[in-house]
Formats: sequence, C-alpha cells, structure tokens
Amino acid sequence: MGATLLSLLVIFAGLSLVSFGGGNTILPEMQRQVVDVHHWLSAQQFGALFALSQAAPGPNMLVGPLIGWQVAGFAGLAVVTVAKFGPSSILTGLALHLWERQRHRPWRASVQRGLVPLTTGMVMASAAIIATGAATTVTLCAISAAATVAALTGRLHPLVILGAGALAGVTLGAG
Amino acid sequence: MTTPGPLALFRGFLGIGMMGFGGVLPLARRALVDRLGWLNEAAFTDLLGLCQVLPGGNIINLSVAVGLRFAGIAGAFAALSGLIAVPLAVIVALGGLYARFGDDPHLRHLFAGLAAAACGMMIALALRMAGRLRGDPAACAIALGVVAAVGWARWPLLAVMAVAAPLGMLAARRSRAKPAAR
Repeated sequence: MGATLLSLLVIFAGLSLVSFGGGNTILPEMQRQVVDVHHWLSAQQFGALFALSQAAPGPNMLVGPLIGWQVAGFAGLAVVTVAKFGPSSILTGLALHLWERQRHRPWRASVQRGLVPLTTGMVMASAAIIATGAATTVTLCAISAAATVAALTGRLHPLVILGAGALAGVTLGAG
Repeated sequence: MTTPGPLALFRGFLGIGMMGFGGVLPLARRALVDRLGWLNEAAFTDLLGLCQVLPGGNIINLSVAVGLRFAGIAGAFAALSGLIAVPLAVIVALGGLYARFGDDPHLRHLFAGLAAAACGMMIALALRMAGRLRGDPAACAIALGVVAAVGWARWPLLAVMAVAAPLGMLAARRSRAKPAAR
C-alpha cells in the first residue's frame, strides 16, 4: 500500500510538471504508467474513468485523482490530488513573480507559440490512445464518430453529448 | 476593485468550479471580471497568458495566481481548493457507482457508450487544434512527430518534450522572422 502510494506520488508529481497545454496532453503518459507499467487498471477501465472525469463539472483535469481513488482509496485520492496540483501550482507561484517583471519581453510570445505543435501532437496522441480503449466495437466506433461530429459542428452542451452516448450504449447494448 | 480574502477566494472559485463542463475559462472570465470584479480585463488576459505557458490546467493555475496575488499562499490554497472541491466530490460519487455496479451489463453498456462519446469529444478537440496548424508545415511536422513518438512508439513523454519543445520554439522564431510565410 505504501509502495503504491509512493508510486502514485512520484508519477503524478512528474506529470504535473510536464502537463503543458492542460491535462489532456499527459493522458498517453498517464495511461502508459497506470496500464502498461504498473498494471493498476486495464485500458478499458482507464477509458471509463476518463469518461467519468469528463462528466463532472469544472476543470476537466480530475482523471488523475479518480485513478488514485480507484487504485488506493481515499489515501490515493489525496496523494494524487496533492501530487497533481502541488508542483504545477508552486511553479505558477514562482513564475508569477518573474512574469510581473518580464511583461513585455518578446520571448514570452515565442515560448507560447513554440509549445503549440507539441501540445497539439500530445492531444492528438491522447485521442488515439483513448480511442483504442473506448471505441472497441463497431457500435462504439459509431457512437464516437457521432460524438466527434456533434462536438465539432453543433452547439450542443458536452453533457448532452455524453448523455446521448450513454443512452445509445444502453439501448444498443454496446461494449 | 475589491481585495478578496481567503474565504471569499474559496467561495468565488467554488462557484466557478460548479459551472461549466469542458471549458470553464469563458465562465471564469465572466465571474472574475464582470461579477466579482477582482480583476480587470487586461489583468485577466495577462494572468491567463502566464498560466497558459506553464504546465498544469489553465484554470487551475489561474486560481493559484489570483489567490496568491490577493491573499498570499493561504489565498492560493483557498482558491484552488474551492475550484476542485465540488468536481472531486462528483467524480468520486460517479467512480463509486462505476466500481460497485460496473459489472452489471446495463451499466457496462452505459459506461461504454459514455466512454465512446467522451472519446469522440476528445477527437473533436484534437481535430480543432490540428486545424489551427494549417499553413505551418514545420508545426505540422512537429505535431505529427509527437503523435508518432507518444501515441505509437510510446516513448516517455519527457524525452519527447525535450526534443519537440525547442524545435517548436525554433520554428516559431523562424516563421516570425519571415512574416510573409504566414
């Protein structure tokens, strides 16, 4: 148990410091650690937990604490919450001081723009990896495709899309 | 412009954490600038710019930055806790349902459909982000390289970032030097 908590702490503290561009970019590495390296969850379970984390309000960065809770109960939840938000928050605090002084430096724009291809590639990889766990049958692929189109074109609320997906899953007996 | 203490910061971000699914940022702007009046438009944009360059969720970092600015470390802690308190409780409740009833066939189908829909929303996000790279071949090449390394070869993220981040900044520099190419 202690070893598991320590592993969770190390993994998520590390992920916290490299999650440029938000939480979705680190999903591939999170999945690699949680599924492939430590075998805490199956790819299917990982996909389900990711889906659950999207169904909650607020910042959609909470799949980590949910995994912690699933793997090691409330201690896991607490450890991952601190590990996931602590290091990046401390970094934010330190950077705030520097930022106030560097307001008009051109390097800021370069750094911001330079990270765009990286974060784009990471989100694309995340989508591909989530798809291998979630879109496993023809029916589920169809649900994913419909949700993609709905999210791209419609002005539907994300909860409506998720609800429709869940409903389609039940009525079509998918997965 | 008022100066909120830790309790006000907790309550303010508690409200923000309960609103919005997926994209909290527009709602956060409305709350912080219009409703609470803690920041003006320029200060909000400036803080958000900082939060976007740093690792971590933009809105998470924003809560820390706003809390820190108004009420120091206690304020940062209060704002962040407020932001994630309700979503965490909701997620644990949903996770409990999944852990207990996940084996029931109906619920298994429900969660499978939910996961497929969430996956579709993720694909949509990826497509939208990829669309923004159009007309920038260097950026496209870097993004595809990252996809191959992270998604297919499953290389460790840090190693990929150590290569892709400097390359991206180099490419951004060069395309700034040649504005005609954009």
